[in-house]
Amino acid sequence: MTHAWIMAGVTFREAARKKILWMALAAGVAFLLLFSLGLHFQMESFEDNHVRGFVRRQAVSGILMMGFYAIDSLVVVMTVLASVDTLSGEIASGAIQAIATKPVSRWEVLAGKWLGFSFMLSLYIALMVIGIDTLAHFITGVAARHILRGFGLIWMESMLLLSVTFFFGTWFSTLTNGVLTLGLHGLAFLGGWLEQAGALTHTPKAVDVGIVASILMPSESLWRRAVFEMQSPLTTALNFSPFSGASVPSPLMIGYAALYLVLFFFLAIQRLEKRDL
Amino acid sequence: MGVVSSSIRDQEAETLQPEPLPTVPRTELAISARRLRKVFEDKIAVRGLTLDVRRGEVFGFLGPNGAGKSTSVKMLLDLVKPSSGDAEVLGRPIGDLQAKARIGFLPEHFRFYDWLTATELLRLHGRLYDIPPEALRHRVPTMLETVGLSPHSKKQLRHFSKGMLQRIGLAQSLINEPDLLFLDEPTSGLDPVGRRLVRDIIKSERERGATVFLNSHLLSEVEVTCDRVAFIKAGEVIEIRDMNSFAEGRNGIRARVTGISEDVLLGLHAFASSVLCDSELLTMNLNGPELAPRVLRYLVEHGVEVFEFTPVRLSLEDRFLEILGADHGL
Ligand SMILES: Nc1ncnc2c1ncn2[C@@H]1O[C@H](COP(=O)(O)OP(=O)(O)O)[C@@H](O)[C@H]1O
Ligand SMILES: [Mg+2]
Repeated sequence: MTHAWIMAGVTFREAARKKILWMALAAGVAFLLLFSLGLHFQMESFEDNHVRGFVRRQAVSGILMMGFYAIDSLVVVMTVLASVDTLSGEIASGAIQAIATKPVSRWEVLAGKWLGFSFMLSLYIALMVIGIDTLAHFITGVAARHILRGFGLIWMESMLLLSVTFFFGTWFSTLTNGVLTLGLHGLAFLGGWLEQAGALTHTPKAVDVGIVASILMPSESLWRRAVFEMQSPLTTALNFSPFSGASVPSPLMIGYAALYLVLFFFLAIQRLEKRDL
Repeated sequence: MGVVSSSIRDQEAETLQPEPLPTVPRTELAISARRLRKVFEDKIAVRGLTLDVRRGEVFGFLGPNGAGKSTSVKMLLDLVKPSSGDAEVLGRPIGDLQAKARIGFLPEHFRFYDWLTATELLRLHGRLYDIPPEALRHRVPTMLETVGLSPHSKKQLRHFSKGMLQRIGLAQSLINEPDLLFLDEPTSGLDPVGRRLVRDIIKSERERGATVFLNSHLLSEVEVTCDRVAFIKAGEVIEIRDMNSFAEGRNGIRARVTGISEDVLLGLHAFASSVLCDSELLTMNLNGPELAPRVLRYLVEHGVEVFEFTPVRLSLEDRFLEILGADHGL
């Protein structure tokens, strides 16, 4: 296991050295600043137009959810871009040969890399999710309902995608891996909206299609559950946000996503143990 | 001589063997491979490698590109999973972590994380070998010195030339003072000075008592460094030669024959460590000079028409070109 920690350390340092981490942090901080500025002007405009406190809170809550949504999208892209090349790239270049011939098990190499990325992504997600919530609270007095649950679910979405890129990375080239992972996520994304639209228009078949998409790739379900946990029920009911509560992923679906994450992690290990390097 | 059996054909000829192969206790073997075979989809990369390498010897694995050298080494290192067969490395099964701790490996075309500096790379590999940090503090600069990279210790690999990468690759393969060192085409990308460095390193590793397994397609490279050399072609070991034995080269027979069947050819393996038949020309390397008359009688008794039968001294180069030439249109 010490070897896994060594690999985790290298992976984390790689991110820092390759500037992925810093670019992502810079982009994230820029986003937080812009968002705060936007909220600030929004508050001024509410002030000028004498908008009532109740409406104000609902509107801010809606804007905050869109902020979370932007962060969630950033996290998805970050997760996939950062990790898509790590296994397939090193297998293609042969760099992994010098590692795998050391007294190190292949599962330790994979678990170490996973931990390294997971550590980096966790910091990033914590900074962004807690950051935006704290800023919103500071500027407007409005905050997410269950911020820690929201954080946990977005974190889980990132870890799930991480395990999926690791799995595809043990089978395919970097490019194929990226296309497959983002393709699956895109499917889940469309499925999610279809499910919501289906629920709002009472079209059970559309809801079913959405559920099937979520079973194929439960990443987007985690986001929709995160919204449900963070958004006030009133905001949802009054349609102040684009995220309706019409069809919220059940705890069962969250359990399924957890299983999916773990399964892909172990399938990735199993595949790496078996394949030629 | 004759400690080693080569290629699957030996086993098929076993019943005809005049005397059994002397056996070496396994503990004295650094590598013991039995019918290791690797098939990629429909391509046979290694046909059935049976090979013993003694501890402390420098063993050359010589053959043209695509012969299956890298695949063989990768199987011994657990990078490539054999399709069948098995092997022991340092007395342990393939992939054993304790054995791996005692192995060094320079891959063909060494590549590594290009954002690491030379020092960081060696420190990382040292840590993966569980070498204590105090020991590494001393060993890393020494290793860099050995491969002539001291002035570049703080340079990132992305700024390294091909030759420098090869040198840092050599350094990482030596960082654990291995008992068994695998070098896959170590001089590729190196200038004459670098090639000399590789030769010196192999020499000092042998003096230290390490076993060296050297993959190469260059005769000149193995000729000067190796104790024994296996010729490999199209996934098969054709012959293994003891470089220190003078007698060896005199056991060659060159014959011109017609009417030789596959079965008769197979039977010749009872007398010879290698048999090559290219249309009418039959070339053999006998297990001893006294076998020549028996071989001739065997051929005649089996209905082969013999037009010419000449004992020859086969130089290493002759043999290599012969092996290359049989169907390698150079
Ligand atoms: N991963 C692979 N997939 C398919 N064929 C391979 C693979 N690796 C090697 N080969 C083939 O196996 C043969 C032996 O290759 P290799 O062991 O690299 O030879 P050498 O090291 O002697 O040049 C070659 O014909 C090569 O094309
Ligand atoms: Mg090779």
